[in-house]
Amino acid sequence: MTATADPITAKAPENRVWKKFRTHRSAMLGGVLVVFFIAIALLAPILPIPDPAATDWGAVRKAPSFAHPFGTDEIGRDVLSRMIWGAQASLLAGVVSVGIAVLAGVPLGIVAGYFGGWTDAVISRCTEALLAAPFLILAIALAAFLGPSLTNAMIAIGISATPLFVRLTRGQVINIKSEDYVDSARAIGLPTHRILSRYIFPNVLPPILVQATLTIATAIIAEASLSFLGLGQQPPAPSWGSMLNTAKNFLNQAPWMAMWPGISIFLVVLGFNLLGDGLRDALDPREH
Amino acid sequence: MSNIDAHRSPAEPDAPATTPLLEVRNFSLRFRGQSRDVVSGIDLRVSAGEILCIVGESGCGKSVTAMALMGLLPPDAAEIPSGSMVFEQTSYDLTRQVLPARLRGDRMAMIFQEPMTSLNPAFRIGDQIAEAVMQHTDCTKAEAMQRAGDMLEQVGIPAPRQRLREYPHQLSGGMRQRVMIAMALVNDPALLIADEPTTALDVTIQAQILDLIRDLQARRNMGTVMITHDLGVVAELATTVAVMYGGQIVERGPVSQVFDDPQHPYTIGLMSSVPKLTGPRTRLTTVPGTVPSIADMPQGCRFQSRCPFATQDCNTVPAMRDMGADHEVACHYAPLDSNISVVA
Repeated sequence: MTATADPITAKAPENRVWKKFRTHRSAMLGGVLVVFFIAIALLAPILPIPDPAATDWGAVRKAPSFAHPFGTDEIGRDVLSRMIWGAQASLLAGVVSVGIAVLAGVPLGIVAGYFGGWTDAVISRCTEALLAAPFLILAIALAAFLGPSLTNAMIAIGISATPLFVRLTRGQVINIKSEDYVDSARAIGLPTHRILSRYIFPNVLPPILVQATLTIATAIIAEASLSFLGLGQQPPAPSWGSMLNTAKNFLNQAPWMAMWPGISIFLVVLGFNLLGDGLRDALDPREH
Repeated sequence: MSNIDAHRSPAEPDAPATTPLLEVRNFSLRFRGQSRDVVSGIDLRVSAGEILCIVGESGCGKSVTAMALMGLLPPDAAEIPSGSMVFEQTSYDLTRQVLPARLRGDRMAMIFQEPMTSLNPAFRIGDQIAEAVMQHTDCTKAEAMQRAGDMLEQVGIPAPRQRLREYPHQLSGGMRQRVMIAMALVNDPALLIADEPTTALDVTIQAQILDLIRDLQARRNMGTVMITHDLGVVAELATTVAVMYGGQIVERGPVSQVFDDPQHPYTIGLMSSVPKLTGPRTRLTTVPGTVPSIADMPQGCRFQSRCPFATQDCNTVPAMRDMGADHEVACHYAPLDSNISVVA
């Protein structure tokens, strides 16, 4: 009896996923965009840019120039500086609110999917009730209820995005729990909480990762929308959404005030969407 | 693998009766929402060092029986109207569908049919085996890994220490089944339940895995319940065999008895439907018809709709009849050769 007849076949999964991701052009473009915006958001305090709140009455609504590459706003603040600091608010809102949604939604989805029955019925009905309201309307309502601030906007967006994760996770768990390895985990006597944390959770993670990336894009738009409506980042702290709000009054006189935040929102949302699509393709088990 | 040759001498039939390791009495099982039992009042008995093969065709209830004995059936899918189990001198009421989790993977262990999907793809195999150890033993991770490595060596995996660090997808089917066996046996269980452990493997690997199971079973004097539909596996491995049909055990006995002198018409049909390497070349016989669905199962003897000898009497459930030498048959006409004049 020679067991050497069994060959080693595939490579480690990390390599395989990374290799696929690397050759995925649009995903790499998305990755570059995301990394770029994260970099400028993180580097904002050390970049040689003016104070984003410093007003200059001698340079009100000035077009882009050498001194102010992106121009100035209605009270003479440097738009480039406000863009860079605004990236912090946008990305923070995207990441934190999705973090809230994942932390709340995934455990609920796991519990609903694994235990089924009444637990599932209660969680699923609540999820469906939340999903029945449009995402942005729900976020606006919650933000208005909590009061205007960036933190409350993030909480509102997070709560609004939670049902997405509950539903996705629940569906995945229902698939995974009928896998043979879950039976074999029970056959070695593992208690339920170990099965959930070690056998169910890691195997439902890939689609959640993809959904989270895509939802960050949605959350960034939501934050910009809330800030535009005055429910998010409060002045004078910069945010792309509130910059757009001010800029709409000067579209003819100072179009650069609206252009830069608009382009940035577009690019960062595009970046996260491309990244999410790329992750989905790279993590798709059917194409291994 | 498929030539039947019950050459191995079974345990002496008149050996002194010992307390069996596992005794299951009057076990029935039904899926929720169905009115008929999928498994109907079966008895099983396994002693230490014995390999009991439960043989039967797909859907006869052998796998659900194995799952139920491990307490792995989801209570929302199946109910157990009757049945009790004595395992290592402790009684368990199977109808309550709650077996203590500490039994599983410790005193009784199970290996599954599909090695390709029975390991968690997200963890290294060493971690998975070590987890089974740590669940039942108070030891450190390092000690558990040590035992996992030893166990991989015992199941014939080359370079076991390196393999501990590999993921399931890096192993072939045969290797994964060895890992599954290692995981099942790492806590030295008294009873091993194997649900068609070789069905998903190719023939050469099947033989290796069967050898391995027999070898480990003999060395540890483990009681083993082997579920299979392959009579070749039975001939290869079994001490005793239980033939299941339609959720009932129709014949049971030492493997040589059952193979040399099958008494139930279904067993006779099974035996004659296996090609033989020796003797005159004849057309293979088949058992006519197919297994009726559970809802259409006849009352009384469940085999009567396909049995060439069936009569009115078969509308009552046949009791197990003792054929001597521990050989029992559930047929009104057993022994057939003296009760039926024309045997087809």
